[in-house]
Amino acid sequence: MSDHIVKAYDEDLANLKTMLAQMGGLAEDHLAKAIEALAKRDTKLADYVIGQDEKIDALELQLEERAILTIAKRQPMARDLREIMVAIRIASDLERIGDLAKNIAKRSHAISEALPRKLATGLTRMGRLSLEQLKDVLDAYTTTDDAKALEVWRNDGELDALYNSIFRELLTYMMEDPRMIGPCTHLLFGAKNFERIGDHATNIAENIHYLVSGRPMREERPKKDTTSTTAFDSLNER
Amino acid sequence: MTDTAISAAPRRASDNSALVAKRYRSERRFKLYGIAAIAVTAVFLVLLFADILVKGLPAFFEHRMTLPVSVSQEAIDPQNSKDPKVIRTGDFDGPIREAFRAMFPDVTSRGDRKKLLGLLSSGAADDFRAMVVNNPSLIGTDAKVPVLLSDDADQYLKGRQTGVEKIQGQGTIAASADGEKFKLMTDKTPVLTAGDIVRLNGGAFRVVSADNGAYVAEQVLAPKSLDPANAGAWDIVRFTVTEHNRRIDDQEALWLEQLKEKGVAENGVAWRFFSSGDSREPELAGIRGALTGSILTLLVTLFLCLPIGVAAAIYLEEFAPKNRLTQLIEVNINNLAAVPSIVFGLLGLAMFLNFFGLPRSAPLVGGLVLALLVLPTIIIASRAALRAVPPSIKEAALGVGASHQQAIFHHVLPLAMPGIMTGTIIGMAHALGETAPLLMIGMVAFIVDVPGGFTDAATALPIQIYLWSDLPEIAFQSKTAGAIIVLLVFLFVMNAAAILLRKRFERRW
Amino acid sequence: MDTMIKTPVADSAPRIARERPLKIKARNVDVYYGEKHAINDLSIDIPDSAVSAFIGPSGCGKSTFLRSINRMNDTIPSCRVTGNIEIDGRDIYDRGLDVVQLRARIGMVFQKPNPFPKSIYENVAYGPRIHGFAKNKTDLEEIVVTSLKKAGLFEEVKDRLDHSGTSLSGGQQQRLCIARAIAVNPEVILMDEPCSALDPIATARIEELIDELRQNFCIVIVTHSMQQAARVSQLTAFFHLGNLVEVGDTDDIFTAPKDKRTQDYITGRFG
Repeated sequence: MSDHIVKAYDEDLANLKTMLAQMGGLAEDHLAKAIEALAKRDTKLADYVIGQDEKIDALELQLEERAILTIAKRQPMARDLREIMVAIRIASDLERIGDLAKNIAKRSHAISEALPRKLATGLTRMGRLSLEQLKDVLDAYTTTDDAKALEVWRNDGELDALYNSIFRELLTYMMEDPRMIGPCTHLLFGAKNFERIGDHATNIAENIHYLVSGRPMREERPKKDTTSTTAFDSLNER
Repeated sequence: MTDTAISAAPRRASDNSALVAKRYRSERRFKLYGIAAIAVTAVFLVLLFADILVKGLPAFFEHRMTLPVSVSQEAIDPQNSKDPKVIRTGDFDGPIREAFRAMFPDVTSRGDRKKLLGLLSSGAADDFRAMVVNNPSLIGTDAKVPVLLSDDADQYLKGRQTGVEKIQGQGTIAASADGEKFKLMTDKTPVLTAGDIVRLNGGAFRVVSADNGAYVAEQVLAPKSLDPANAGAWDIVRFTVTEHNRRIDDQEALWLEQLKEKGVAENGVAWRFFSSGDSREPELAGIRGALTGSILTLLVTLFLCLPIGVAAAIYLEEFAPKNRLTQLIEVNINNLAAVPSIVFGLLGLAMFLNFFGLPRSAPLVGGLVLALLVLPTIIIASRAALRAVPPSIKEAALGVGASHQQAIFHHVLPLAMPGIMTGTIIGMAHALGETAPLLMIGMVAFIVDVPGGFTDAATALPIQIYLWSDLPEIAFQSKTAGAIIVLLVFLFVMNAAAILLRKRFERRW
Repeated sequence: MDTMIKTPVADSAPRIARERPLKIKARNVDVYYGEKHAINDLSIDIPDSAVSAFIGPSGCGKSTFLRSINRMNDTIPSCRVTGNIEIDGRDIYDRGLDVVQLRARIGMVFQKPNPFPKSIYENVAYGPRIHGFAKNKTDLEEIVVTSLKKAGLFEEVKDRLDHSGTSLSGGQQQRLCIARAIAVNPEVILMDEPCSALDPIATARIEELIDELRQNFCIVIVTHSMQQAARVSQLTAFFHLGNLVEVGDTDDIFTAPKDKRTQDYITGRFG
């Protein structure tokens, strides 16, 4: 796309993108570190992640301010307007992702002592998958690649399916051994967090699609997370 | 923005103070030229106006005497009919002459008496007649009658014939007859030169030659006696212009001096100048005829020009299709405005007089010719005024569904009116000052009567000026300047009217 | 009315054009100023009871087209219009149609407020008077008052109806011009950059007024302010170099225009 007649306008937009890329990088990094902390039961690394989350929050605030200022000054239209709106939304998604990563890191403290390794493996697999999704969607954003974003959007089903199976597995454990309820709950929350991260990635993908096409995603989102409707009775029957 | 602009050292305007100084100098020089040009124009204008005023103002004043005249029954209305017609035929000349002669009882010789009466205007009796006709009750009484002096006497009294210097006699002077001439003897150092006039004992002697206290003189006015006169009882009158170079001789001058000393001759406003027509006698000549002629002519011009000119302007500006023909018409109108006015006179002569057979010298024809002359000016001015009205006004009118004509007559024309008026008045002022075309259609005639209608023979102000400027009498020079003043005042009034109209009707849009 | 319109409104047409009755239909319109081709093969449907905005860079032909709708271009001798412009299915360039009557049906508001240099009352009364709308003085007065009220000006000027129209402020003058236009009860109001000479507050008043008038009139507005077009209009047409580039619902044009030129123009990227 050609440049604006007002060069400062281009700079404003580029600034937003840069800040978003920074945020994306941080969120990605924190998520990766949280997963590593979880997998290796590395509480130090977990603490590091917890401490770093503030950075993302600050960046989000800054980006929001910048975006509002740009709207006020430039009165953006069409693509420019979408770009700014999408930047704000993605920033909030990234901030949430940061929070979730922090939450996962926190839980790694609780999980570290009690749980058998076997149980955590499924969780880390899920974490890697969500990290993959996040990476892909951020790539799609930097290259404004609608096709890639759509791919991320579709792939979210996989993450949901994985979450379903972990949910069932953990339920089974907890029913078998009530002492496991404590750590398993932590694991369950961790899994839920990864699933949420996947949802945020899908959100970002939707926003990318809106940015490129100017139309919101029309299709129904591939939801395979059935846990909210899963009745305990049905599990008992099994 | 570009690399070169950034890399080059920035240049500031103040770097080149020499150039700035030069620019200021040039500006000051230009202002100076402007002031000089205006000053030169102003000087010439002031000179012109001063000259005209100095020459022309005396034309608005005249000298008269108030004489006690016996309005005798038998001379004027012997049958006591009280009929104005009869009164009109009465003898008014005689009583005035008598009354005037009574002021100079010493003048006895036939020649001198004739000369004395020559100081009276030939119109004096007419004034007296008009006075009595208007007021028959004066008959049989002694009336105080204002009697107009002749133009030469008037000019003398206005000091336009010669300067006069009066010197009180010092010491005693005695005159003695020496054949035809007289000898004057004084006991004081000689003060007399040839040409001086010595007045003593009611008489006057003109010094012919001066020779060491003994002066040879000739008699101008007869003295009562030749007794010596003491200091204070005689005086010297010295004219700055010699007798040959003026239209009034020493004798007449001395009579007039006596009138002045007696306080009989008085200077008053010459209403006659505005109320009477042309005359061969300068003191009787007025501009009313010319003024009326001019007004009538301008009326004809105005009533022809304004409607035709404005209509033509509106058509050409708003309705006419833009094609070769209208362009041709436009060019021709512009050219017509530059045609020498005499050509219009010739056209008027050929068309209106010879072809249509309209009366010569008539304001009607003059007005027609001037209308031809002024029409292009009015059309051009009106078109400019119409064009100056912002098109948004017309569009607004069209926008609410007014027809083209409604838009123009309801909105554009009223706004253009001040401009059109100004153009028209300036055109009329131009017409007022125009002489050449009127010469061609015979308005240059000598016309005494004030014209009463558009077909009466008339003349116009500028032509009156032209006619008078040609006449030999000195008094007419002053009349010429006076008429010029009237013309200029007329022009000023018209221009002021133009400005007032513009101010009054000018609207913001 | 629908039967008179031969071309049915296509499904791809803007929503607003499908929802509202069609008022002005232009087909294959070309406008020439002498040799200059000012508008090139323009076709557009303008709905009734809605505001349609024409946007585009200077000299793109939007004003020219606007002035073709009430045949104001007739006053320019070198101007030539071909193609078809219909209002309510009636060709306005038809020989049998009286242009003065047409202009009475189509009010116009101009870029610069141009009240007549007469009183406020006279400004509004002029149109009804020349068209013989009012039977008597009270009738006329009523028309003037309602028009001024509709234009949202009455409260401000009711005590000085005899003052000159030019003594008002710019925004009031423009509202007076709108009152003058609606006094002749037109069906269509054309506005040629009505706020370009006004300050933001006066502009907001006019925009509010336009939004109110939209209920009863078909309004076409030419504007240089894209924000204004976005605010007041329901249909937006983008003109460029004498071409109608894109027509669409205003909501779409300003968020997701289809044509790259529209996008470039409204985002401020035009060279």
